[in-house]
Amino acid sequence: MKLNRLFSSTLLSLALGATMLSTAQAATLRINNAAEPGSLDPHKGRNMWDSRIQRELFDRLVDYGPDGRLVPGLASSWDISEDGMTYTFHLRDAQWSDGTPITAHDAAFSLHRLLRPEIANQNANLYYAIVNAPAVNAGRAAPETLGVHVLDDRTLEITLNQPTAYFLQSMAMSEAAPLPEHYLKAQGDNWIKPDQTVVSGPFRLTQWQPQAQVVLEKNPRFYDADAVKLDEVIFYPIDDDNGALNRFRAGSIDISYSGVASARYEWVKENLPDALRSGPLVGEYFYMFSLRDGTPLADKRIREALNLATRREVITEQILGMGQQPSYWLVPRVTSGGAKGKMAFADEDMTARMTRARQLMKDAGYGPGNPLTLTLRYNTSEDHKKIAVALAAMWKPLGVNVQMLNSEAAVHYAAIDQGDFEIARYGMIATVNDPFDFLGAYTTDGSAGNSTGYHNADYDALIERSTHELDPDKRAALITQAQQLLLDDYALLPLYDYVTNYLVSPKVKGWQSTPMDVHPLRYISIEE
Amino acid sequence: MLSYTLKRLALAIPTLLIVITISFFLMRVAPGGPFDGERQLPPEIEANLKAAYHLDEPLPMQYLRYMGNLLQGDFGPSFKYKDFSVTELIVQGFPVSLELGFWAILLALAIGLPLGVIAALKRNSSIDYLVMSIALGGIAVPNFVIAPLLALVFGVLLAWLPAGGWNGGAWQNMLLPVIALSIQQIAYIARMMRASMIEILSSHFIRTARAKGLSESEVIWRHAMRPAMLPVVSYLGPAIAGIITGSVVIEQIFGIPGIGRYFVQGALNRDYTLVMGTVVFYGALIVLLNLIVDLLYSVLDPQIRYDD
Repeated sequence: MKLNRLFSSTLLSLALGATMLSTAQAATLRINNAAEPGSLDPHKGRNMWDSRIQRELFDRLVDYGPDGRLVPGLASSWDISEDGMTYTFHLRDAQWSDGTPITAHDAAFSLHRLLRPEIANQNANLYYAIVNAPAVNAGRAAPETLGVHVLDDRTLEITLNQPTAYFLQSMAMSEAAPLPEHYLKAQGDNWIKPDQTVVSGPFRLTQWQPQAQVVLEKNPRFYDADAVKLDEVIFYPIDDDNGALNRFRAGSIDISYSGVASARYEWVKENLPDALRSGPLVGEYFYMFSLRDGTPLADKRIREALNLATRREVITEQILGMGQQPSYWLVPRVTSGGAKGKMAFADEDMTARMTRARQLMKDAGYGPGNPLTLTLRYNTSEDHKKIAVALAAMWKPLGVNVQMLNSEAAVHYAAIDQGDFEIARYGMIATVNDPFDFLGAYTTDGSAGNSTGYHNADYDALIERSTHELDPDKRAALITQAQQLLLDDYALLPLYDYVTNYLVSPKVKGWQSTPMDVHPLRYISIEE
Repeated sequence: MLSYTLKRLALAIPTLLIVITISFFLMRVAPGGPFDGERQLPPEIEANLKAAYHLDEPLPMQYLRYMGNLLQGDFGPSFKYKDFSVTELIVQGFPVSLELGFWAILLALAIGLPLGVIAALKRNSSIDYLVMSIALGGIAVPNFVIAPLLALVFGVLLAWLPAGGWNGGAWQNMLLPVIALSIQQIAYIARMMRASMIEILSSHFIRTARAKGLSESEVIWRHAMRPAMLPVVSYLGPAIAGIITGSVVIEQIFGIPGIGRYFVQGALNRDYTLVMGTVVFYGALIVLLNLIVDLLYSVLDPQIRYDD
């Protein structure tokens, strides 16, 4: 066996050597993808590091441009009916990597599959606007009853239950990519295989060794293959921030999608200024309050006092110091859709805020003489811990004793799901670039509404109306009004808008920081 | 000896069954599930997920299903790495951990044993103190300190070796992780070897050997070495099992595709099938290696015989 191994490893090195020779002139981009992909099947992944590769393999009808804006993808154009209920996509003349034409049947097949209950897609609810989608996803209706119709080989029609402002955004997500019906039918559900999987995107999968690397090669049959400048892309799943930094410094990776650890940020800023690329992300860091009856935070005065006494700049500048923006809202400012509004005290000075906070606590029956004890939950991370400690210190003068409860992520999120907390750290990163992604969570049936017990009928009604409003200005006004209700109720403790901090070698051209954190490789090149 | 071996192997089956059963239920008692993540799931989607992985069935039913599949050699699909079965993950990762571990153990023995012997022979000399303080340092400094330091110095600052990555197992990529893995083992083995050698050298049969007029090197190599190695050998059983099943720290820091991380990550992600798969695998490996150690005893020490 040993000999066998030796032989095969010799063969491997020969093969590697040969590839290196033949691709001496090839442009190879080496990316640290920050984690091992959970799946390359667009219907089964759910993380950023999954979709980062999926997007390169499977193009969508609606695509992201280099700056993150929506542009035509496999559909060269689309029409939206006056009432916003019917979307008609016109597919361009394109081929799968095996030469088979990409048709509207493939697009319909994919949407049907996405909503099949046994596929258990975790973002399926973003497509619930499609006629009959909730019933299909719950297994109560056949996939054929879905409001997805093939008008001809190149035309797909999707009908919605109600106008839905963010529907086009959903169609740009990796889940919505057309899939090769002919290949999946032949392979079954276990169809992701290096060198075999039929793809539509700019790259095809040639190698996948779990925890080591995923290798993609340019797909010559991609409809815009001439514009693709990279020949090969290697994704490494480096989940250790310092390990990633070391390898970036040693020149063995060109882009690192691990965040820069806050402890190393100053060093990186000083020593790798050309490589550090920062930008806003559609994501929000906040704490949830449990508003259930009988909990201290059911009292709005206490929620307001805690918000008043929180010095967000201390957290963003002194604790993190990585360009995060202090936030007095739930919807990150970079989100498209025009959500405005902020907590009423946002521009007041700290002395006035503290005076009012103390008064509110006093009114609620608490103070340094009669302290209120609150339990604050956070999941394991150095930064989460530092922020939790800072909050406890900021609230101390109000007569609030904070008991900190740290747990690993699975326990933390399970506790939130069950509403088993008083104050809990939370973070939301958008799946679609739309305010609904954040505000929808706080409706009575939304995930945060369920966990925290927040209920405001006016808020629910406004969110419902905003979802169906197609006029952008009117919708922005509704969204802003809804968010203001949430903020005036002090239903949560917003802290900051997320940013991304990535390392990108100056050799890499065409890379842009985008709010949805998408960086299509077809626009990227590398100089030797 | 054959019937002893068979008896031990037969005993391994109930042992493993108990390990599997306890692990299965312990894992489920832990709060949180595989689908509890930053983004909360709507109830209908959670229901779909649970049904897809049979998590909606009663626990005893799930246990029977798992055991049934296990008997057919099926560890099930990973919850987190959905394009691979647990078997595929172990099959792809284990050779990497094994190779790395093999070299680390070899290096540890090649350095640790002679160091221990020298320290024992030069007992209480400056060489002894030097070796033992280095060994103490090796035990005291954890590998999550040594590994990044090695990567930084040799990978980044001097740029002699890759700072990480596996690269199909090229020796350049293996060198630093092997060193990082073996430093602690060198320290343990050296200390153990020294203590045991000192004890053996003061025993009667060594005095007899010396009295017969044998040269010092003959005394050490022919008579003292074998019995002195017994404690090291019994330590090596579980140590080898531990090392060849990978180290999550070393694998993470150097980006090595072994199976060490599956234990820890699997448990943190509540990837039930992956955790169970690694537990079964690790359990079987320990049972096997302990058996080998026990058989080696009889080779090293004639007083130990496995007769029936």
